[in-house]
Amino acid sequence: MTTTAPTPTGADLPVHDNRKAFAEELAALARVDDRIVAVCNDSVGSSNLTDFRDEFPDRLVNVGIAEQDMVGVGAGLASAGMIPFVCAAAPFLTGRSLEQIKADVAYSQHAVILCGMSPGMAYGELGPTHHSVEDLSWLRALPGLDIVVPADRLQTRQAVRAAVEHPRPTFIRVGRHKVPDVTPEGSVLERGRFQQLRDGRDITLVATGTLVSRALVAAELLAAEGVQARVLNAWSIAPFDVDAIEAAARETGGIVTAEEANVAGGLGAAVASVVGQLPGDSRVGLRLLGLTEFAPTGSTDFLLEHFGLTADSIVAAAREVAGRG
Amino acid sequence: MLDTDVSQATAWSEFRSRLDEVDDTERDELLAARARAVRRDVVGMISGAGQGHIGGDFSVTDILTALFSAVLRIDPTRPDWAERDRFILSKGHCSAALYATLAETGYFSRDELTTFMEPLSALNGHPNRNKVPGVETNTGPLGHGLPVAVGQAIAAKLTGTGARVFAVMGDGEMQEGSNWEALMAGAHHRLDNLTAVVDRNRLQQGARTEDTNGLDPLDEKLAAFGWEVRVVDGHDFSALIEAFGPSTTGSPVAVVAQTVKGKGVSFIEDRVEWHHKVPTADQVRTALEELA
Repeated sequence: MTTTAPTPTGADLPVHDNRKAFAEELAALARVDDRIVAVCNDSVGSSNLTDFRDEFPDRLVNVGIAEQDMVGVGAGLASAGMIPFVCAAAPFLTGRSLEQIKADVAYSQHAVILCGMSPGMAYGELGPTHHSVEDLSWLRALPGLDIVVPADRLQTRQAVRAAVEHPRPTFIRVGRHKVPDVTPEGSVLERGRFQQLRDGRDITLVATGTLVSRALVAAELLAAEGVQARVLNAWSIAPFDVDAIEAAARETGGIVTAEEANVAGGLGAAVASVVGQLPGDSRVGLRLLGLTEFAPTGSTDFLLEHFGLTADSIVAAAREVAGRG
Repeated sequence: MLDTDVSQATAWSEFRSRLDEVDDTERDELLAARARAVRRDVVGMISGAGQGHIGGDFSVTDILTALFSAVLRIDPTRPDWAERDRFILSKGHCSAALYATLAETGYFSRDELTTFMEPLSALNGHPNRNKVPGVETNTGPLGHGLPVAVGQAIAAKLTGTGARVFAVMGDGEMQEGSNWEALMAGAHHRLDNLTAVVDRNRLQQGARTEDTNGLDPLDEKLAAFGWEVRVVDGHDFSALIEAFGPSTTGSPVAVVAQTVKGKGVSFIEDRVEWHHKVPTADQVRTALEELA
């Protein structure tokens, strides 16, 4: 029996900025692998690359405020055998240089590691120009590009390490909005496989990035009501774990997705496209939580609540889908 | 991925050795004959496919011939050789001239040229590095080649391979902002191993460049961006080969190659409609006679 419910945002747990784990892991790997270079657009500070620059001044390529050139330079470095981590605020990295990501990285198959810093609505009050909530939609349309959304510090480190061990065209969302650790001790990332953090048969909660810890809180709240939720950490948006979604549709009573991104093309759309193509008797109820419009002014926490991206909203959606609303 | 044509690669190697043995006049004659052969291939490819960009193919053919026959440190039997010089055709729509040049160099069989733009051919309308050896990066959308070349030049510096990097842009393509981002970066990083070539044929798809979004004075603009600028006749092999020599100032080199769109065939030369017009059977016959 639960005596004290966790707060809806999991704020009772220590929270962390994933960019720090990213920078530490990158520097640690760069010490033993001189193929690693960092490329940025004047974002040395906001990409947490100050220490990297001080330690490896020749291997930090700052092209200035020129994102198209930045991604092209990354492709050139990769084509010559380097492992470039191209770091920039996610909205500018993906939006301004989308055609470079398409032609120079994904279609050319140059193993560039695109690191979208401060994604989602991490820049809160700076507004929609600085939010990166379209990135998952845009990039999911590009064959041959892995899309990785680490949920916490450990997954951020694992994503950086995987990129060095098996370089391939990859976009990593490196979160700035602080989140608690959710990855179980000793877990590994298996490419294209979601991480099941909790099992249940009544409902499946599929969350990515910032929303994973909130989905776990929601599962606790639902359990207190007698609803057993399966929680999937969709850290790999591409390749997408079709099997996990098919299993969720087969084995549980419905699916709720939650993402700090636009649902038109992001995680929710990916889940819907899998479920929608199942035979009629295998389809289940769906609710897709995410953005559908440009954000108003507000802090990241305010905006997450504004768009219903909280544990309480996930619980409400789950109740509806599970027929208990 | 297409396979190397070893016998063609050997022939290329022998041709290259011969160029070293003869005087400049004879060398230029040999290169001109080779360029005519490439243009004849292009005529066949485009009439066979029923589409292509013949005007830009012909303006860039002599540049390609000079680079692949007399300048680039390459080995077509080892397209992945780490220390090779890099070549990027940023004006990827002129793939026919590139494919004909690569086949002549031995990267793949000349027989493949007949498949140009056929269903499932490796020879797409725009070059794909995952299908065609000798292609370093996929181009087609304009303004992509030079940034990639900057990255390759930085990598060559970091790894100390001594590789040089060449990128060829169309002149209309210089209206793309990404090129100017890359020009700033190339100069800032003092990439003296990088050469940017502009195929200055003065025509773009719909009109003259100067009637569209004027580029002149292009040489002064490139110099103002910190590049060592060389303005040459883009159909003079001696001038091209000299212009493709190393930087003398420590800055990257920009070659403005003054060319004629459609060069080599009288009725195609300097006519805007031949950007992507396809020759009729009669025109093919005339063109091949002029290129004999």
